[in-house]
Amino acid sequence: MLKLIVCIKQVPMVSELPWDSRTGTLKREMAEGMMNPACKHALEAALRIKREYGGHITAMTMGPPMAAEVLYEALTLGADRGVLLTDKQMAGADTMITSFTIARAIEKECPEFDLVICGSQTADSETAQVGPQLAEELNIPCAAYIESLECKDKCLRMTRLSDDFLETLEMDLPGLVTITTRQFRPRYATLSGLEEAFQFSGITTLNAADLGLSPEQIGMKASPTRILDVFSSTAEKKNHVMTGAVKKILEEVFEKFGDKIGSAMEKDLKTHEHSD
Amino acid sequence: MKKTAKEIWVFGDYRNYFRNRVTLQLLAKSVELAKKTGSQVCAVIFGNGVQEYVNEYIAHGAEKVYVIDHDSLHEYHVETYVVLMEMIVRKYQPEMLLVGATCFGREFAPRVAKRVHTGLTADCVDLEINGDGLLVQTAPAFGGNLLAKIITPHHRPQMATVRAGVFKELPHDYHASGKVIPIPVPKRLPENRVRLIRSKHEPPRTNRIEDAKIVVCGGRGMGSKQKFKKLFALAELLGGEVGATRPVVYSGWADDDSLIGQAGRQIKPLLLLSFGISGAIQHTAALSDAKFIIAVNKNPEAPMMKMADVAIVADANQVCSALIREIRERIRS
Ligand SMILES: Cc1cc2nc3c(=O)[nH]c(=O)nc-3n(C[C@H](O)[C@H](O)[C@H](O)COP(=O)(O)OP(=O)(O)OC[C@H]3O[C@@H](n4cnc5c(N)ncnc54)[C@H](O)[C@@H]3O)c2cc1C
Ligand SMILES: Cc1cc2nc3c(=O)[nH]c(=O)nc-3n(C[C@H](O)[C@H](O)[C@H](O)COP(=O)(O)OP(=O)(O)OC[C@H]3O[C@@H](n4cnc5c(N)ncnc54)[C@H](O)[C@@H]3O)c2cc1C
Repeated sequence: MLKLIVCIKQVPMVSELPWDSRTGTLKREMAEGMMNPACKHALEAALRIKREYGGHITAMTMGPPMAAEVLYEALTLGADRGVLLTDKQMAGADTMITSFTIARAIEKECPEFDLVICGSQTADSETAQVGPQLAEELNIPCAAYIESLECKDKCLRMTRLSDDFLETLEMDLPGLVTITTRQFRPRYATLSGLEEAFQFSGITTLNAADLGLSPEQIGMKASPTRILDVFSSTAEKKNHVMTGAVKKILEEVFEKFGDKIGSAMEKDLKTHEHSD
Repeated sequence: MKKTAKEIWVFGDYRNYFRNRVTLQLLAKSVELAKKTGSQVCAVIFGNGVQEYVNEYIAHGAEKVYVIDHDSLHEYHVETYVVLMEMIVRKYQPEMLLVGATCFGREFAPRVAKRVHTGLTADCVDLEINGDGLLVQTAPAFGGNLLAKIITPHHRPQMATVRAGVFKELPHDYHASGKVIPIPVPKRLPENRVRLIRSKHEPPRTNRIEDAKIVVCGGRGMGSKQKFKKLFALAELLGGEVGATRPVVYSGWADDDSLIGQAGRQIKPLLLLSFGISGAIQHTAALSDAKFIIAVNKNPEAPMMKMADVAIVADANQVCSALIREIRERIRS
């Protein structure tokens, strides 16, 4: 039986981000949360390991109290236990401090783990740094961007595509892997299952004091990086905007830019309707 | 804060050399940054028999190259490289360390940052020096709809990863000279806990799209799988390839290999036709080398329309069908 830990982050639902059109900023507090996509795949990997080899899955998240939602979702899907790390002092942690905090919680709550599974990256800040840094914190081997897994006698055999090299890797457990969204297509939670999960009492909530961490060690205060500014991004350039009837627009396109289209095609195009 | 050397380091990521030019691009950017900070541009390289890369880095802007060249380093290995980098960062204390955001770099850099206890910004799309001499790193966030400017005020080195294609390399300078600092490999390297059993060079799963002169790219605005199929007809007529955005790939209108963007492929066509795509930065980040862009969208305010050379405000399907007809007629037989 393998003791598995899946690290899950709740992220804002990107396609439904509420925008403040006046300031061009994100009203983040209004955004609905969801389980980060790569974390869904990580959980799926854990569920398959559990089915194949037997296992116990702890789902862990650090975030505001509402992040408990992703733990309920994980429990519905087959995780055995949820751990929520939540504390105002933890807010604003960068990846260095996020991985530090999660590592301390793992050491406290499940020190005898075999495998930590993370998503390769999140959909909000998308750094892909927490997995490898968590492995460093726990002083265990790490393999990122894994696409397949096989376990034999506490030795993990894995494959991944890394910069156009198809690599087969092996490591002895305990260890950490990060999972991309290429494989382990996740199953979905049913609503009735979710309702049931909310009845579970399988969630442990811990704050900084529970982990024996002081405010100086966590959150924004301890983080080496600082966010100076966040702004909306649109690369603008001077362009031709065309409106009206499609037929007319295309005539104008060929007239003005037919040479560009033709040369890309390496073909000689008629640029005027009645030329030649 | 520890005193640092006036040096900007670029990690020499030479695997897949001809396709992977990110190290040269970072050297070029470092030359620019170094003018502001009065620093030296340095490359760092680990491996076995790496002299040709040393020369290459010098020809592309490195004034100094730290080299650890040893038989035991014949394999590209994250764990070993992390140990070596930690060792020399501690010894030489550079003020900045830039790493290409290859798969390797994205696993390597965070671990180095952790070991030397400093900040790291991922996938920067811009780097500049502010009035205080700090490295200001611009990174996409929140689905690419936003950009964040990030600094590391008190920890060193200031570290960033950058994807290939963000910066432009300098031309090869055959007369450039640089100082080479050979560093002996430590007597006892820790054993690799992750063992590389096999490594096979996989030709990219499809590289046709990266090299295509024409790419026809479709987004959610195409409306349905059925309608999306028209783009294949258009691409075939043009002799191009079809690319797609993430929602399209997720809906199964096109396969994974056609994903264009940060999570997919970078393209550099002479002509890009974009249909029903909003232009989130995760998508547009892969388009910076497209020479001429024609975008079709109902919404003239979509970011994709703002970055296009020609922005057609119309229904994407209608334009696609009409374009197929027009091209057929206009090809001189
Ligand atoms: C605009 C903006 C930009 C930022 N840029 C940077 C930056 O450049 N550098 C930096 O160090 N920090 C940055 N941060 C902070 C960063 O968002 C946090 O450190 C965050 O806690 C983790 O980073 P990530 O979302 O990129 O995770 P990733 O490293 O992309 O996540 C990988 C995996 O780690 C696990 N994981 C990550 N976070 C949690 C969590 N809270 N709970 C449980 N598991 C988790 C999950 O398995 C996840 O799939 C930024 C924050 C913002 C708001
Ligand atoms: C971690 C992460 C990684 C990502 N990586 C990628 C990536 O690699 N590649 C990628 O593409 N995306 C990526 N995304 C997703 C990205 O943020 C956007 O959500 C996506 O690019 C949007 O795709 P779209 O333009 O097709 O859809 P939408 O944003 O929904 O845009 C549809 C557009 O079509 C227009 N439209 C609608 N109907 C019509 C019509 N009849 N005629 C003309 N126009 C019409 C609309 O005005 C709109 O502008 C990533 C996101 C995250 C969080």
